[in-house]
Amino acid sequence: MNSKKMLQISGIQEGTVVDHIPTKSTFKVAEFLNLKEGKNIVTVGMNFESKKLGKKGVVKIGERFLTKGEVDKISLIAPDARISIIKDYEVKEKFSVEIPKILNGSISCANNNCITNNQSITTKFYVLSKDPLKIRCHYCERTLGKDDIEVA
Amino acid sequence: MNFKNKDIISIRDFSKDEIIHVLRTAEKIENKPDIDLMKGKVMSSLFFEPSTRTRLSFESAMRKLGGDVIGFSDPSGTSLKKGETLWDTIKMADKYSDIIVMRHPVEGAARLAAEASSVPILNGGDGANQHPTQTMLDLYTIIKSKKKIDNLNIGFLGDLKYGRTVHSLAIALSHFNVNLYFIAPDALKMPDSYLEELSEKGIKYVEESDLMKVIKELDVLYVTRIQKERFPDPVEYKKYAGVYQINKATLEGVKPDLKIMHPLPRVNEIHPEVDDTDHAIYFEQAGNGIPIRQALIALTTGMVK
Ligand SMILES: [Zn+2]
Repeated sequence: MNSKKMLQISGIQEGTVVDHIPTKSTFKVAEFLNLKEGKNIVTVGMNFESKKLGKKGVVKIGERFLTKGEVDKISLIAPDARISIIKDYEVKEKFSVEIPKILNGSISCANNNCITNNQSITTKFYVLSKDPLKIRCHYCERTLGKDDIEVA
Repeated sequence: MNFKNKDIISIRDFSKDEIIHVLRTAEKIENKPDIDLMKGKVMSSLFFEPSTRTRLSFESAMRKLGGDVIGFSDPSGTSLKKGETLWDTIKMADKYSDIIVMRHPVEGAARLAAEASSVPILNGGDGANQHPTQTMLDLYTIIKSKKKIDNLNIGFLGDLKYGRTVHSLAIALSHFNVNLYFIAPDALKMPDSYLEELSEKGIKYVEESDLMKVIKELDVLYVTRIQKERFPDPVEYKKYAGVYQINKATLEGVKPDLKIMHPLPRVNEIHPEVDDTDHAIYFEQAGNGIPIRQALIALTTGMVK
């Protein structure tokens, strides 16, 4: 099944499709985007065949478009993800996520004794390496790996 | 090189040339003190966590250059208790002073303060993270006693897992061509993230749990305290604390110019009988905090270039 067909099946009129998610990170993407809380209609699919990933996941969100911060956040756990913006049932724009050099405010620091967890300030991380993912907190300088990354 | 208004937050912010410039400036100030250099200038000394030694060293450094010091040595009784944010405290101190030195129990506090402040911030320790003036004085101590840093075999002994001074000094030394020896029990080994950082910079290092196997190769031995509370089992603690005690017998057969450093205070890692040997430089090391802090005060306020 090609991705165009898949998009048609659940047919969202307007919104966003996040495709090419490693299948085990699918729920984490949904969690990162805080989809449980919103009113948007969300479809989460897993274990689709993928040439590149073996199995992949897809998340479709009706009537919502992602911010730069949200796209950055997705790139950390799904570096191969592709994002489609749907308007009037058509793919209006399609792009791959990219891990940025600096992450502003998208995730929180895993160090409890970091100033960002003690006073209300925006987090900032430097990406040291993309694969394996390694980032360093601008404030406490702690190095975090993929498993340490939490939603802000 | 322009240090004016530079914040001194983390040793990672310094290039090799900048480190060398700080060390040279400290040497100049130590050799030719100028007791009026900071006349009319005020340093805020904000200790959100008490540390008598660090505070006295900074305050002495400023006063010996003719400057004044205001501030607090412990946050109780200040408006912080009433919930004032760090940001606001710094914004206020910024208006009262030409430079701010601070110590804070939370990691990253100094970096945040630097963002709030228009005058330079000197980090006197932020939680377990950084204590860059300690690192600078450690480097100054090495270069003063060995006349060089390159090609030295430098050992670190004790608690390398939680030892902030060790982590920062190792990172600073990675700018130089050194061989590092990390000597610690398994439970207190140097964290992988630091070892990876050293490897990336091409630094050769050895990890060892038995000091006696490597001590004869060393030019410098940096001893740290093993804290009892790090060990769940008191028997384990006794075992390690005993093994890593330096006394005259430990030093038999070492290089005659091996220098022993310690950030102090010591408990029993170094026997007092070592104090009057030529190996001991830990009291000089503590004294080196003055010219280093004077250099950083003078450079960041722009009074020295
Ligand atoms: Zn942090």
